[in-house]
Amino acid sequence: MLLAVTLSVSALSACTTSAPTDTAASPAATGESPAATGVASRLDTIIQRGKLICGVEGTIPGFSFVDSSGKYSGLDVDVCRAIAAAVFDTSADIDSKIEYRNLDSTARFPALASGEVDVLSRNTTWTSSRDATGGNGFDFAPTSFYDGQGILVTKASGIKDLKGLQGKSVCVETGTTTELNLASRTKEIGVTVNEVKFQDSNAAIAAFQEGRCEAFTSDRSQLAAKRTALPNPDDAVLIDAVLSKEPLGPVTVNNDSKWSDVVKFTMYALIQAEEFGITQANVAEKLKDPNPDIQNFLGVQGELGKQFGLANDYVVKVVEAVGNYGEVYERNVGKGSDLKIGRGPNNLWTNGGLMYSPPFR
Amino acid sequence: MTTTSPPSFSTRPDVAQIGAIAWVRKHLFSGWFNSLVTVVLGSLLIRSIVGFIGWATTTAQWKVIPENLPLYFVGQFPPDQYWRIWALLWMISALSGLTWGNLSQNVPHLFSRTVLIWVGILAVIFVLAPTPLPYRLLLLATLGLVLGGAWAGRYLSQSLPSFGLGLAIAWGLSFFIMLWLMAGGFGLKPVSTTAWGGLLLTLFMSVVSIVLCFPLGVALALGRQSTLPVVRLLSTVYIEVVRGVPLIALLFIGAVMLPFFLPGNVRLDLVLRAIFGLTLFSAAYLAENVRGGLQSIPRGQAEASSALGLNTPLTLGLIVLPQALKVAIPSIVGQFISLVQDTTLVSIIGLSDLMRISRAVLANPLYIGRYAEVYLFIGVIFWVLCYAMSWGSRQLEARLKTTN
Repeated sequence: MLLAVTLSVSALSACTTSAPTDTAASPAATGESPAATGVASRLDTIIQRGKLICGVEGTIPGFSFVDSSGKYSGLDVDVCRAIAAAVFDTSADIDSKIEYRNLDSTARFPALASGEVDVLSRNTTWTSSRDATGGNGFDFAPTSFYDGQGILVTKASGIKDLKGLQGKSVCVETGTTTELNLASRTKEIGVTVNEVKFQDSNAAIAAFQEGRCEAFTSDRSQLAAKRTALPNPDDAVLIDAVLSKEPLGPVTVNNDSKWSDVVKFTMYALIQAEEFGITQANVAEKLKDPNPDIQNFLGVQGELGKQFGLANDYVVKVVEAVGNYGEVYERNVGKGSDLKIGRGPNNLWTNGGLMYSPPFR
Repeated sequence: MTTTSPPSFSTRPDVAQIGAIAWVRKHLFSGWFNSLVTVVLGSLLIRSIVGFIGWATTTAQWKVIPENLPLYFVGQFPPDQYWRIWALLWMISALSGLTWGNLSQNVPHLFSRTVLIWVGILAVIFVLAPTPLPYRLLLLATLGLVLGGAWAGRYLSQSLPSFGLGLAIAWGLSFFIMLWLMAGGFGLKPVSTTAWGGLLLTLFMSVVSIVLCFPLGVALALGRQSTLPVVRLLSTVYIEVVRGVPLIALLFIGAVMLPFFLPGNVRLDLVLRAIFGLTLFSAAYLAENVRGGLQSIPRGQAEASSALGLNTPLTLGLIVLPQALKVAIPSIVGQFISLVQDTTLVSIIGLSDLMRISRAVLANPLYIGRYAEVYLFIGVIFWVLCYAMSWGSRQLEARLKTTN
C-alpha cells in the first residue's frame, strides 16, 4: 500500500510516457487481432470488445448530462454516438454499444493514457502541450466546438474589463486551462486578483451566486448556460473580454493513427454532411443523389470507409444516428435547446465560421 | 373538608412548578443572561425557519425532484427492468420483517403504539409520495410485506426452534439473489454496473463494504494485539498507513492509477474497485475501534477461560470478542455511518452514486440552478439512512445489555 502511494506521485508524471506502450500492449495480449496492417490498433480492441468506452464529463449543460429518462444527452455525447455508429456500422440502439465513463478534470488524462477510455469527448481544449509527445502526448480530433474563456461579473461590482478585476475575487475551476489563462492574462496587465478555486464548475457558480466572488471565469458557452440559470440573470453580465481560444474536441492517445483517423474522419463527416445538406431525415434519399462527390461520401461508390478499416457506408450510419454537425449543434446547444448559443465561429466556413472539412475523395 | 388553613403555614402557592410555563421559566428565563441568550437565539431560529418555509413554498422549484425520481433511486438502470429492483426491495423487506418478528418473539406486543405511529407516518408518506399511483401502491405493499413478515416471523420463531438459523442462511443467500437481480445473467437481461446508480449504488456499496470490512477489521485488531511479532508488525503497518492516507487518494489510486499497473487486457470493474477501496479504508479504522473494545476486557477474563481449559481461538470467540464487540458497538456503528457518507466520494471516480447522479441532473438545462432543492433532498435521504443505522444500533445495545 505504501508502495502504491509513493508510486501514485511518480506515475502521475510518468503517465504520458507509459501510455503508448499500454495501449499497444492491450490488443496484443488478447491474442490475434484482425488488423491486416500488423500494427495492433485500439480500433480492433473496440470492435472485439463490442463496446466503445467514451469518457464524458457528465455534468456540463448542453454538452453532457443525464436527462430525466436516464439517458446521456449533449453535444459531447452525440460525438460519442457518431464514433460508435462509425465503428460498429449501425445506427439502431446506439447507446447499447457505448459505455459512458464520467471523468472530472483531474481524472480525464490519466484515464485516457491508461486506456481506461478509448476516446475523450469531454470539453477538452486542444493545446500544444497536450498534443506534443513531450507533453501529454495525445491526439486531437477536429474541434467540435470553438469556445473562448470569458468572465461573468455581477452587475453590482461594476466591472467592465480585465483591469476592473483589480483586487476582486474570481471563482475559477481548478485543474483547467481557465485557471492558467486567468493567471497569465492578469499578470500581463499587472492586475492582482484573488482566485477562489473549486473542484467543479457547479460549485463555482453557486459560490458566485452567493456573492462569495464578484466574478466567475469559465468558457463562454458554460457561462451562457450558467447565467440563464441564475435566479436573476439580469444581475450578471458577461463582459466583452475574451481571455483565450478554446477549441474543444475529442481526444485519443498518440501513436495510433488507425484509431485517431477514425475519430477525426467521423468528426469531419459530420461537418461535411452539413455542407452537402445531408440530414438525418434525408440521408436515405441522398444515397440516390447523382453527384459523384456525395456518392463517394456516402459509400455508394469508391472505397472511402474501407480505407479507414470501417464499413464503406459508415457516414450513412453516423448521420442516421445523430444527424449532421448543424443538427447536433442546434439540438444540444443552439436553437433547439435552452442554451440558445449562436453558431458564431461554429458555423460552416461557407457561412463565415470555422467549421471546415478536408474533401472526402 | 377543610375550608381554612392556619395562616402561619401559608406561603406563596406553588402554581408554576409544573406545566409548560414553569418549564420555560426554569430552563429558558432563569436569569437576565439566560433570558438574553434565549431571546437572541430564539429570534435567530424563528427567522431562519420562517425564511426556510418562505423559500420552500415560493422560490424553490420542486419539480426537479419528482421528474427525476427514478434517477435518484436507481440511476440509469434500464426502466423495463425496474421490476427487478422492486423484487429486490420486497425480498429485503420480507426478510427484515421476519427478522424483526424473530427478534421480538418474547415481547408481549409486536405492534406497540410507537411502532403503529411510525407505520402510520410511513403509510401517509407513501400515499402522498409524488409518484404515479402504481408506485405508491407498490410502496404500500412493501410496508405490508414488512408487517406481515414480522407477524409471520414471530409466529414461526415460537413454533420452529431452528427458525433463527434458517433466517441467517436466508440472509446469506439473499446477497447472491441481490447480485443476480442487479447484474442479470442466468436468464435475466444483463445490466452493466455502469448503469447502477443513485441510492441503489450507494446502498450496494455501503452494504457490501460494511459486510466485508467487519471481519477484516476484527482480524486486524486481533493481529495488532497478537504475540507473534510478524503478524503484529504487519497489522500495525497496515492500519497506520491506511489511516494516514485520505480515502479520496485511495479511491483515486484504485480508479486511475491501477490500470497502469495491471496488464492491458485486464479491466477491473469500477464498482468493484470502489468497494475495494472503501473496504480497505474502513477496515483500518474499524480495527482501532475493535481494539478499543478488546482493551476494555480485563485480562482476568482471558486468564479465567484458559484456566478452564479453553484454547486461544475458543477464548477469543466465546469470551473476549463477544464482550469486546458489545463495548465497541457505538464506535463501530459510528464508523459504518461515516462509511455510508464516504460513498459520496466515489463520484470523483465517475460512479453515478446519489451525489454524482444529482450533479448530472443539475446539468440538465431544464434544471440548472436547482442545487438547494436537490441537495436538500439527498441530504434527507442520507439522514434517514444514517438515523436508521443509529436507531438499529441502539436497539442492538439494549438487547445485548446484561445487568451486572
